[in-house]
Formats: sequence, structure tokens, C-alpha cells
Amino acid sequence: MTGNSYRQTFTITNPHGLHMRPAMAFVEVANRCPGTVTITRPGTDAPVNGRSILGLLSLGAEQGTEVLIEVSGPDAEQTIKSLVEVLQKDFDVDEEPFSGEA
Amino acid sequence: MRMSEFIIKEAISANLAGDRKEAVIREMVENLRAAGYFKGNESEDVVKAILKRELLSSTGIGDGVAIPHAKHASVDRLVGAVSLSQKGIPFDAVDNEPVHVLFMLISPQERPSEHLRALEGVSRCLKDKNFVRSLRQATSPQQIWDLICNNDRGA
Repeated sequence: MTGNSYRQTFTITNPHGLHMRPAMAFVEVANRCPGTVTITRPGTDAPVNGRSILGLLSLGAEQGTEVLIEVSGPDAEQTIKSLVEVLQKDFDVDEEPFSGEA
Repeated sequence: MRMSEFIIKEAISANLAGDRKEAVIREMVENLRAAGYFKGNESEDVVKAILKRELLSSTGIGDGVAIPHAKHASVDRLVGAVSLSQKGIPFDAVDNEPVHVLFMLISPQERPSEHLRALEGVSRCLKDKNFVRSLRQATSPQQIWDLICNNDRGA
């Protein structure tokens, strides 16, 4: 950690990976951060702007993928906790396959 | 995953007729049905699945783009459609701007990685401003298909 910078690795636990709903929720939290937010798949892609939905989706991060989240600026520690909470959330409990019933 | 592997050429539209979210979603699903991708009356089920997903949160991701999607048993592999709305569709997008470019993804129910790979492929293309600009200027399905194939070759 350097100044107001925090880094945390997180292994994607969602069986559906980092798909659109968690990506959009992540961006929503990142947008509230006054500093910078990046997310990276170590060893593969360059850091992605955490405020970019397309950036997050382009990671194609499946379940089991390790990502590195880096936040800098005021409230960086709280922001990184909030971002990890978003990634831990089960978005798919609402997204069961449509059964055809009204 | 290359877009030409799952985008159905015969379902491409360069000028959607609908002017509302549900109407263009129905239109795109109908184009896939006409191209042979849903059996019998499954297409209505697919429309409902996509609209149900939209109720959770809009797939309008900003900058005039939406990626409506659903998992459904009527497909045994991921299929996609890309279409343009010249007039722009109110889509409750994150930036409240109308949507002009729609990528629809219908994936099998138990293969989340396929859906994720498609999202990855679509998003990587959409990050290319030149690709999006050219796409929005396309006036025929063939032009859109050529852009997709050219983009795949350059990927």
C-alpha cells in the first residue's frame, strides 16, 4: 500500500463469472470513487478502467479467475471493500432460466 | 470467441422498424426465428425471457449500445443477432441516451462460459471506436456482416 492506494486480489466465485449485472454494479460503485479504480487479470490483460462496463466485460473473467483490484484516492480502503462485496454478491438468484410460466 | 461464430448473418437488420424497447426486441427475435433458430412458438418465450432480464436492469450500457440477452432451452448453442436502429430507442440505458446498436445473445441454459465468451467478444469489438462508428454508418445487413468479419480477422 502506498499513501491512499489499496490493492486486493479476488477470485471470481460467481458460477456465471463477471457478466453484465456484476460488471454494471462494479462500475456503479467505482463511479462513486473520487480516485482511480482499475481491475486486472494478472499475467494476461493490461489494467482495465474500473469505470468501464466494456472494459470489465472484455476481461471474460469466468468463475475461478483471479483479478487484481486497485483503488487510489480518498476512501480507497472503503471503496475496495465495497467493490469486493459487489463481486461476492449472488446476482444470479434473480436470473433463473425463464420457465415460460407467466 | 469470434463474432462471426455466433452472430447469425440472416438475422441482421440495418434499420429496425420498432421505436420502443419491447418492439425491437420482438423484431430481433423474429429475425432469428425466421432464420430458423427457434422451434414452433418458442420465440414468444424467448422474448419474455429477454424482457424479464431487462426488468432486472437495462442492458443499455451507454454510448448508444445495448446487449439484450437471455438463457433459453430453445437453443443448443449460443446464437446472436446484431441490428441497428436509425431512429434510436429509449432503453433506460445507464447514460439515458437512446440506443442505436443492439447485440442480442441467446445462450443455452447450462453453459455460462459460452455466454461470457460472447460478452467478451462483443465488448472487445465495441471498445474499438472505429468499429462502432462504421457500424452505425452501415446501411445494409451485408455491410454489417462484412464489418464483423473484418473485425474478426483483425482480432
